[in-house]
Amino acid sequence: MGKLISLEALNGPVSSDAMQKALNSGGCSSSSCGTSETADELPQDVWEKIKDHPCYSEEAHHYFARMHVAVAPACNIQCHYCNRKYDCSNESRPGVVSEKLTPEQALRKVMAVASEVPQMSVLGIAGPGDSCYDWKKTRATFDLVAKEIPDIKLCLSTNGLALPEHVDEIKNMNIDHVTMTINMVDPEVGAKIYPWVFYKNKRWTGLDAAKILHERQMEGLEMLKERKILVKVNSVMIPGVNDEHLVEVNKVVKEKGAFLHNIMPLISDPAHGTYYGLNGQRGPRAAELKALQDKLSHGTKLMRHCRQCRADAVGLLGEDRGQEFTMEQVAADVSYNPEKRETYRAIVAEERGEHVAARQAANEQFAEIGVEKSIIVAIATKGGGRINQHFGHAKEFQVYEVTAKGVEFIGHRKVDQYCQGGWGEDASLDGVIQALEGVTIVLCAKIGDCPKDALKAAGIQASDEFAHEWIEAGITSWYQARHAAALGNVGQAQAAAAVA
Amino acid sequence: MAYKIVASQCTVCGACEFECPNAAISLKNEMYIIDPKKCTECEGHFETPQCAAVCPVPKTCIPAAPG
Repeated sequence: MGKLISLEALNGPVSSDAMQKALNSGGCSSSSCGTSETADELPQDVWEKIKDHPCYSEEAHHYFARMHVAVAPACNIQCHYCNRKYDCSNESRPGVVSEKLTPEQALRKVMAVASEVPQMSVLGIAGPGDSCYDWKKTRATFDLVAKEIPDIKLCLSTNGLALPEHVDEIKNMNIDHVTMTINMVDPEVGAKIYPWVFYKNKRWTGLDAAKILHERQMEGLEMLKERKILVKVNSVMIPGVNDEHLVEVNKVVKEKGAFLHNIMPLISDPAHGTYYGLNGQRGPRAAELKALQDKLSHGTKLMRHCRQCRADAVGLLGEDRGQEFTMEQVAADVSYNPEKRETYRAIVAEERGEHVAARQAANEQFAEIGVEKSIIVAIATKGGGRINQHFGHAKEFQVYEVTAKGVEFIGHRKVDQYCQGGWGEDASLDGVIQALEGVTIVLCAKIGDCPKDALKAAGIQASDEFAHEWIEAGITSWYQARHAAALGNVGQAQAAAAVA
Repeated sequence: MAYKIVASQCTVCGACEFECPNAAISLKNEMYIIDPKKCTECEGHFETPQCAAVCPVPKTCIPAAPG
């Protein structure tokens, strides 16, 4: 319990001594403590690359944070879901930033964040334009940071058009992870997504544009595979444009060696001023997205924990602490202090071993009990893999599916915060209930009677009985209690029948 | 003849700066401007002016009115 408190308290002003004390209270401090199911499934070298990367490992996203620095504003293609003029600090989606940085400013920001945010493990460059097209700035930033904080993982995301010419440099700079956005493998489909690309000093449009982009993307994929750089493919699901086609995309990128495929829902709103937004192109519903993901899940690693973050996001995937680290707040003479990160890593190594064990135990128990019909459970969590957030404070719920195979993370549902300053508001509670459609039970650290009753009226149970347990262990305990109760009823009914 | 950037629409992405074959584009007071003395509209270099071809915002990198 002491360790649990120390892990949670890291977000607050706790001294490193306190963290250290909690750490020293027992257990091992080796980073290889405990075995992991995920580690067993993957070759050792691949696991080493992803185990601390929140975007590549679902397990890691409970513990580790990333930051993006917006140093690469220039882009070489136009997508119908992107409007480069748009910029708002309240928006959370790719391509959106509040503050563009020079490589020198980015270094200062990274040092400030790495000193203050203990979970920090990955630095990514995701634009807001294209990191490979705006290469000089991307490269200068990575060079500066690698010199000051050598243990930070570097990654970048790109549309792929300018990737082939930089692959060797990427390899030499120890960039282990590249994310490529691939929305099509058929230029006919591509022509409906990309109005133009800029390539070899010319703006190409229509089928020519999509054909060039496709060829360069495939070339890039193969070059990365040859150099053993892990590739995550992001695909934007656009209903009526490429939703069915993404099955083919999945097949092709898998063949070409992509490590992970991430299907993201199109974000579309007239207020964003994008072509799709202005023309009424809708995004997929949660059920449509899940149906496609389920269809593709056989034999492919799918990423389901993506939060489609901003090009200047800071923190764990579900949170954004970017506003705490604007250039105005970052000191001019900032230096890097590794103490918090190092202490945190030691604590996590231990917690993680326990978490993996809890997961395995949960899966074994479900295999034993047997689950007839899959059940959807929503969790309120602040991170660390535990049920540890007040229902009313949740900005999103993590969603798990219980099947005979065990407990599996399947995604998240974003909600407007229901409780602000202790006062629940009915209007936003309706929104929360809507977002929780299909969910059987919500597990959280605390919930009031009022929202609990409202959820109940909507057919959703809620419980804070499993507060602070591991997510998988809490779900298992809840299911076992329910199962036992159901058996009890059957038993009583049988006993009654026998008496009669 | 030269091109100019409509400041109110420019996103300051800088793509035009590094595509310009004449180094005619530079950042002044956090805004990119084209030096008309250096701009050749890319004649002799490319088929079309590079700044306009790469600019992500329509009608933002345009021919300067003959003055």
